[in-house]
Amino acid sequence: MIPTVGVVVFPGSNCDRDANYSFDYLGAKTRFIWHLETDLEGIDVIVLPGGFAYGDYLRTGAMAAWSPVMASVKEFAASGKPVIGICNGFQVLCEAGLLPGALRRNSGLKFRCMPVRIRVETLDSPFTSGGMWPGQVLTIPIAHFDGSYYADDETLEELIATRRIAFRYCDADGELTDEANPNGSRLHIAGILNEQRNVLGMMPHPERAVDPAVGGTDGRLILASVLYALQPAGEPS
Amino acid sequence: MTKFAAHINVMPRAEISDPQGQTVERTLPSIGFQGISGVRVGKRITLTVEAPDEQSARTIVSNASQKILANPVIEDYELELTPL
Repeated sequence: MIPTVGVVVFPGSNCDRDANYSFDYLGAKTRFIWHLETDLEGIDVIVLPGGFAYGDYLRTGAMAAWSPVMASVKEFAASGKPVIGICNGFQVLCEAGLLPGALRRNSGLKFRCMPVRIRVETLDSPFTSGGMWPGQVLTIPIAHFDGSYYADDETLEELIATRRIAFRYCDADGELTDEANPNGSRLHIAGILNEQRNVLGMMPHPERAVDPAVGGTDGRLILASVLYALQPAGEPS
Repeated sequence: MTKFAAHINVMPRAEISDPQGQTVERTLPSIGFQGISGVRVGKRITLTVEAPDEQSARTIVSNASQKILANPVIEDYELELTPL
């Protein structure tokens, strides 16, 4: 089965084409979904891409969270299908209440644009079940001003207890050093899952680490994992 | 129906560090302002709301503040309402 990936395009999205290119590169069918569209029929995976949706006015992701397409994305997520929010998409998912917490201005007050290392914290999700091992260190680029993950203590404890932290910023050896945390995220959180484990939000950009022509290829592991997870068990894809 | 002016002061929640405020605070002495502490940076939103009475105007703006104008995960808000 060749999955169809829907890449949502908000006014101000700027990683939509990269996301589309990457899933296309991995062999999926892709379709852009304009923010006013509400029909997600035939879509197997939703991507909320990076960028500055609605100019990020008021707060990052705040306006986009209430756009027409997001009502459908909420239903899509509730049906158990995979949704991945990358960078601005992570911010939108938090503002929409699909993921807990919020992304705040980087602690160093600088826009950080560079490759970072993240550690795989759980294999129990469609985004991490295919071809990764627990504790594996991936190199994936970040590019954000507002990526400092914040949630209160109670929420963090729940994320830990339910193993819903997907990725944490680390050094080359997988250690959670202060220097390896690019934005002051609590618990070094780079990506989290919802309760159902079918919604992933992450600040790093896996779609920018797929084609070897533009850097590493570790992002393939995450994006390909989603596609593998959609395959019916025991059948060739 | 009456028109009310609403001012919504949105501030980072007290228990959350405010790197912008801290940076401003560190800068102030270097340009000659002494004795200043506790700097925190927030935002102020002003709007006009039309409602039958002050209570309903307050409810409308309060709901809007909780749903979108402020993010209760990281921000607190205070609401001032005055009839126009």
